[in-house]
Amino acid sequence: MTNYLDFEKPLAEIEGKAAELRAMARANEEMDIEDEAQALDKKAADLLQQMYTTLTPWRKCLVARHADRPHCKDYISTLFTEYTPLAGDRNFADDHAVMGGLARFDGKPVMVIGHEKGNDTKSRIERNFGMARPEGYRKAIRLMDMADRFGLPVITLVDTPGAFPGKGAEERGQSEAIARSTQKCLQLRVPLVSVIIGEGGSGGAVAFATADRVAMLAHSVYSVISPEGCASILWKDAEKMREAAEALRLTAQELHQLGVCDRIIDEPMGGAHRNKDETIANVGAAIGEMLAELDTGKDRTAARRKKYLDLGQKGLAA
Amino acid sequence: MNWISNYVRPRINSIFSRREVPENLWSKCDECGTMLFHRELAENLNVCTSCGHHMQISPRDRFANLFDGGAFAEVDVPVPNADPLNFRDQKKYPDRLKAAQKQTDEKEAMLVGTGDMGRTPIVAACQDFSFMAGSMGMYVGNAIIAAAEKAVERQCPLILFTAAGGARMQEGILSLMQMPRTTVAIEMLKEANLPYIVVLTHPTTGGVTASYAMLGDVHIAEPNALICFAGPRVIEQTIREKLPEGFQRAEYLLDHGMLDRVTERGKMRDELITITRMLMGLDPAITGDLPAPDITEAEDMLEAVKGEDSTS
Repeated sequence: MTNYLDFEKPLAEIEGKAAELRAMARANEEMDIEDEAQALDKKAADLLQQMYTTLTPWRKCLVARHADRPHCKDYISTLFTEYTPLAGDRNFADDHAVMGGLARFDGKPVMVIGHEKGNDTKSRIERNFGMARPEGYRKAIRLMDMADRFGLPVITLVDTPGAFPGKGAEERGQSEAIARSTQKCLQLRVPLVSVIIGEGGSGGAVAFATADRVAMLAHSVYSVISPEGCASILWKDAEKMREAAEALRLTAQELHQLGVCDRIIDEPMGGAHRNKDETIANVGAAIGEMLAELDTGKDRTAARRKKYLDLGQKGLAA
Repeated sequence: MNWISNYVRPRINSIFSRREVPENLWSKCDECGTMLFHRELAENLNVCTSCGHHMQISPRDRFANLFDGGAFAEVDVPVPNADPLNFRDQKKYPDRLKAAQKQTDEKEAMLVGTGDMGRTPIVAACQDFSFMAGSMGMYVGNAIIAAAEKAVERQCPLILFTAAGGARMQEGILSLMQMPRTTVAIEMLKEANLPYIVVLTHPTTGGVTASYAMLGDVHIAEPNALICFAGPRVIEQTIREKLPEGFQRAEYLLDHGMLDRVTERGKMRDELITITRMLMGLDPAITGDLPAPDITEAEDMLEAVKGEDSTS
């Protein structure tokens, strides 16, 4: 059962018709509908292609947030072996919006950290929809520190609407935790590779994605503010999110032009959720190649700092 | 509404009801409503003489009070691409920038200066809330980097006064990238073992708080300053409950361990002198009447500053 996005309604109708025809044929064996059904399949495939090759920035946001999109947990269980979750910030709590721990990638030990949104109501609430509290960032800092001491490359998987805007989170120093996490990213001597797999929401994403290499899935987004938030501030109308999404330049393709994203990872036709295995394999291959580009034996700090100091000087025009 | 009510009537009104006092002589305290004479208010560093409410103060006014004799050399900030995303909301971004420049008479939302504060060499950077809400874009990032580089070059502390609504949305992702960029600047100071003092003023929010504002060796805030990551309105909408009195204000943050001190504007300079001199291993500052500086010393200093200018 596919969950269709609003803009996919025409597609849902065609695919629904084809499924209906086939169900009728199963009930009545004399009916010959296969030609007709295949024609509908073809029409659906064409429409899907047409839709997904011309996704507007706002539609990309919707695809990036799709409930069926593979999440951090799926990537970790498929791409890594011996994953050993490590919990807690040694200070207050364990934040379930952030998962992380030791694991092997291609047989080599690494530290993997990511935001997890959850995939049903119960797990979404437990994971707080991927919105981390200070504990989450402080756990990540602790794990990054450990990786640095033991010479393990760090891989971060970013998928968050943003850091959690709550009372307790503020009291416990949400901003300080994010600032320290970004700082830790910049202090690491070991390679740090980041993949934005869905939503890269503002400071909550930067805290993990200040990396030597930042890759983005083709329909993922990364932005200083959600289009809805931007629209309500600048247009004074949250319904102007389409315009805001356009203006913010938050797609992987635009961010690649700006030099914020180093690499775009292909998604299957129709988005990551239509073929999770293929998406996860693509991400795995990209992580492997990015790690290979970075010399593990060398102190990466200076190069990473330079990357960020030089960033964005030219803008889109260049 | 028509031409008569929009245009004619205000014109007529303006002819007949001339203001009794020029607009700029008096200002009203936003907190207690007391009318304050502008000169008195300026002498009190824009702090209400009646209730002690701290109002906005421009970076230049702040520096005039901070540096000895109000004298400082402005540090050059590399000017970035003015509109990297060709951003357009209801107005074009360059138009918004121009309007802010005209209104404030400043280039951008941060001023960087170097000079002496209580005979202690410092670099100071000050965010300007009146310039597009002090928002952090490429220029502010460049300013903080330039300030850190100057402090390292002069081997002196950096004092940074924050005031911002957050990131500059019109620069999109590039404003977000100022979080890591400014953090690199702070790392430079840390490596050079130089004090980095943050003075948080009203309001300091969003991406600014979540980067350089929370990475200081010492955090001092002005009384009642709003300091937060997510603003109170956003939180109330999320958790659907009323927030406690004074939530996210300086005193509240002090109680929750995020600040070292809350200090009134009038006492800030002395406190900064005391702290920086201790961290730099200098003798206590001389208070009261200072003897005239040794003439050769002053000349050396001038030479040093000149030398720096020619190299920068």
